[in-house]
Amino acid sequence: MRHLIDITDLTVEEINNLVTVSENIIKDKSSFSEICKGKKIATLFYEPSTRTRLSFEAAMLELGGNVLGFASADSSSVSKGETVTDTVRTVGCYADIIAMRHPKEGAPMAASKYSPVPIINSGDGGHNHPTQTLADLLTIQLEKGRLDNFTIGFCGDLMFGRTVHSLINALSRYKNINFVFISPEELKIPAYIKEDTLNKKGLPYKEVERLEEVMPELDILYMTRVQRERFFNEADYIRLKDSYILEPNKLINAKKDLSILHPLPRVNEISHSIDDDPRACYFKQVLNGKYIRMALIMKLLEVQV
Amino acid sequence: MKIDEIQNGIVLDHIKAGNSMKIYKYLDLDKLDCTVALIRNVKSNKMGKKDIIKIDSPIKINLEVLGYIDSGITVNIINNGVLCDKHKLELPEKLTNVIRCKNPRCITTVESHLNSVFKLSDREKGIYRCEYCEAENS
Repeated sequence: MRHLIDITDLTVEEINNLVTVSENIIKDKSSFSEICKGKKIATLFYEPSTRTRLSFEAAMLELGGNVLGFASADSSSVSKGETVTDTVRTVGCYADIIAMRHPKEGAPMAASKYSPVPIINSGDGGHNHPTQTLADLLTIQLEKGRLDNFTIGFCGDLMFGRTVHSLINALSRYKNINFVFISPEELKIPAYIKEDTLNKKGLPYKEVERLEEVMPELDILYMTRVQRERFFNEADYIRLKDSYILEPNKLINAKKDLSILHPLPRVNEISHSIDDDPRACYFKQVLNGKYIRMALIMKLLEVQV
Repeated sequence: MKIDEIQNGIVLDHIKAGNSMKIYKYLDLDKLDCTVALIRNVKSNKMGKKDIIKIDSPIKINLEVLGYIDSGITVNIINNGVLCDKHKLELPEKLTNVIRCKNPRCITTVESHLNSVFKLSDREKGIYRCEYCEAENS
């Protein structure tokens, strides 16, 4: 039995294979419409979510399976003090696979030690979000036609941005990726990502505070939201929340084939006037997330076309 | 000062000077009934100063804990007054229930029944990271 807790739980070959299966699903959805008939996914979301939870549920429904679960901790026995590990042992009696989001870092890892069915980490605090990374990778593949040889800029909250950490980890295993980190001093990429992932592998990266300075060199711009829920101090959040706002004038020097990604939800960091720009890919990312989650569910349930 | 040689037991040698009390506490040596000698600031050609702990009983030592606290320690096993085994320690790959994660966002801070597991992420710098949240032990 396999779980997906961290993106590095998957080999590069497995990720490439998930991307290929997703492309096949996009080409011929009907071939996959009954592949998980009789199977159930439980979505255990202890934290609010629109895209990830509904994406998992839509993915399972489109594979012919069923869904159950809860969308907030208040509506489950968690409110009575039940532990994550007891919850997954219980839910594992009802479902074939579990997608879990939890505000505490490492909760899905803890769950995986006790669960009788595969666990998919659907976001654990500011730590990891591997299925968003899969959606990001599929989007890059579809937009660029490759997962290597490009310069990617990560902009905004790089300290608590779990999608950023997972994507850096994933891309660090592909060839010739240049990383550019654009953030205020307080929200810089954590030292352990630099030391353990980038420095150890000798990967090139630079850190800057101004987006305009690096815009012309970017092939991909990965925007993030400054997340209120990650701050213990409201004053810090208010001070930093508007650090980077992407508006059309900032794209003047950008490449014509730049791809703008964002894991969503956005607050105000990407102006709505950019939505119609052909370089905006963030709603395509949402759709791609469903396809690659379909591929992932199939993989973890060991079902084949 | 004379401290008798032990007959059956363990001598922890080459302890970094000043670390012996820490080891005494981590290994719960205060709970033992037998003679335990803690010798501090012994002259050492190699280390300048070192600490030594002698335990006059063949107890089971948690080498994982010991290696984590001070990987330079030599563990000598004494049998009938004779040195019969010697272990050089190194930083263990994994620590289970030795240290707790201090990251307030970590699941182990709210679910105390979970084993606290730290994995060695950088042997050179001696950095351990929580298996759950990857926070560095500080």
